[in-house]
Amino acid sequence: MSASPPSIAVHAEPSETGEIKLGYVELADDARYINRGEHSGIVFTDLGRPYQGSQVAFEDARVIGRVIGIEFSMEKATAKSADELLQRTSDWMERDGVHFVLVDLPAVALKNLAHSLADSPVVLFNISASEDSLRGEDCAKNVLHTYPSEAMLSDALMQFLVAKGWLQILILQGPALEDAAMVAALQRSAKKFRANVVETRPFLLTNDPRNREQTNIVLMTTGVRYDVVYVADSSGEFGRYVSYETSLPRPVVGSAGLVPTAWSWSWDRDAAVQLQHRYEKVSPPRRMNGADWAAWEAVKAVTQAVMRTHSTDFDAVKAFLLSDKLTLDTVKGNPGSFRAWDHQLRAPILLSTADAVIERAPLPQYLHQTNVLDTLGIDAPESACRF
Amino acid sequence: MTLSLAVLVLALVLSAGAKAKGTGYVFVSNEKTNNIAVIDPKQDYKIAQWIPTSHRPRDMKFGDSRRLLYVACGDDDVIDVIDVATLKVADHIPTGPSPEMFALSGDGKALYVSNEEASSVQQISIADKIIMREIATGAEPEGVAISADGKTLYVTSEVTDMVHVVDAAAGAVTDNIVVGTRPRRFLLLPDGKELWVSNELSGQVSVIDRAANRVTATIDFRPPGFRQVDVTPVGMTMTRDGKTAIVALGRANHVAIVDTATRKVEDYVLVGSRAWGVALSPDEKTLYVANGLSDDLSIVDMESRKAIRAVPVGRVPHSVLVDE
Repeated sequence: MSASPPSIAVHAEPSETGEIKLGYVELADDARYINRGEHSGIVFTDLGRPYQGSQVAFEDARVIGRVIGIEFSMEKATAKSADELLQRTSDWMERDGVHFVLVDLPAVALKNLAHSLADSPVVLFNISASEDSLRGEDCAKNVLHTYPSEAMLSDALMQFLVAKGWLQILILQGPALEDAAMVAALQRSAKKFRANVVETRPFLLTNDPRNREQTNIVLMTTGVRYDVVYVADSSGEFGRYVSYETSLPRPVVGSAGLVPTAWSWSWDRDAAVQLQHRYEKVSPPRRMNGADWAAWEAVKAVTQAVMRTHSTDFDAVKAFLLSDKLTLDTVKGNPGSFRAWDHQLRAPILLSTADAVIERAPLPQYLHQTNVLDTLGIDAPESACRF
Repeated sequence: MTLSLAVLVLALVLSAGAKAKGTGYVFVSNEKTNNIAVIDPKQDYKIAQWIPTSHRPRDMKFGDSRRLLYVACGDDDVIDVIDVATLKVADHIPTGPSPEMFALSGDGKALYVSNEEASSVQQISIADKIIMREIATGAEPEGVAISADGKTLYVTSEVTDMVHVVDAAAGAVTDNIVVGTRPRRFLLLPDGKELWVSNELSGQVSVIDRAANRVTATIDFRPPGFRQVDVTPVGMTMTRDGKTAIVALGRANHVAIVDTATRKVEDYVLVGSRAWGVALSPDEKTLYVANGLSDDLSIVDMESRKAIRAVPVGRVPHSVLVDE
């Protein structure tokens, strides 16, 4: 017996119809997606553009819209340049009444777009950039972040390490800027949760024997005592080989081994499996990743705001999004909402290996005066964000 | 109908006239160990037996005057039919994908089963074991409740935050009521006027006026030591007179005892981890609570309103069903 498509028969005619239009932008030549996660034809990470994640939530939005008498629509644009990005979003706003836009952009492009649209009636959802600067000194009033920040990810990992008593951390840092950002976040988390970074050693991607101190993992992990090895490797190429090559027998965490992430396909609580299956129906062959989840959350946020205010008015919807009445299903147990001081979605973080979620952060040992989710990431008193 | 089910029904019909003598057993379905723990209160809550079932047993209901126990097995897409006299699975009724909760039709001849993965509720003939009808719902339907007159079916959709109102005869959705975030289960009050819905992620119970098909009140819960965001109400039950309701508060590890007339929480009782399934003993002096993440069943004395025991059961206990 095949399942019917999920359309609910609506027998009562809605008394009024409104419409809400969402947008989705990405960059054609986004360096984050080029040559990442794939080597010699083998795809070894789940990195990938998160558009399909938004589509799963969009289908649910349409179903809800039919019941409440509001029509949801979504337009996508793949821009070739920053100028084109700005042009498309401005056109959408002025001509098509699109005021809520999901943005899958690298940090600099996102910052510039937000700045250019600073005085426009638009909300940009950051669904894939983890940079802490976007939530701090480069924060923008018109940006909401559903993707977790680097600080949230490193705090989640650090809570776990400290709870286990693995306090001495050796860092192996790659050459990319993203790797430096990861290490900076980890050092802040170590200070926050009272762990100790014993040393930070660089690695390089090269076979040049003159650089063997930076390529040979045994050499890199010798001569110092540590409980755990943290690898900062945004390329994905190096980190996966560190386990079992370290000089001392130690767990590997960070970019490989135990990885903090917004989503893991292996998460099986809180109806995660049902969401995963709905995603896989529209997007073989890749499994859902953290950015997919963030894109999904962004659409869900707009849907809930429209549903609860029963309005498509920009100010009303935006006000609800930023209120404490928002209770987003994060599919990780706790309801999510946006932090007032930096517009970051507060949500649990999963600590995952290749095939299992080992722990969900925040761990139960960590308390907070208002919301335990705020033990992850930059809290209000520490925030550098001034809207 | 298949031979085994026909034989079973025939045997029961031949022994009919006398109502099935109650076993007094407490049944607990265990999602990960794929079995039902059969607990005997008369033997100091000893587990008298384990009934192996199909994979991922969850909701349970009695049928045929408690001679049969139906259990929805989500990973094998069947409802196992257990003969209560022998405590053995006697038959299987195939369902759609991932059956979770279900209700019996007014005449006891059909099951309404929510399919978590197919966004639908199926009406299945028990005797013929065929799917008579499939009713489309929003994503992740769970709770299914049927009115006393058997004419109206209510279904929650966890993802669209709605309750669907279904005309049972026509098999069609006639109305949709927007409730809280992630609605799970129902409680139909015996006066027929109110339908309660637990909203897992807004931490509240919505009270629906059945005549108007609207939410007219919400009930908040604040067990000691927990914030609203930690309260995830799921399972509910009530006394036969409808005056007292019990709401399991999920991750808040408590149940709330509520006066249904005033809608005030009278007491919070500390139970185990992730309390979902709740059921009362026939004399309503004992409450049983299935704790999904501590793998045990809490036994609560309703007079002192305290948990007096916790009995280890299988892994990830889901529902509790009590025989007379």
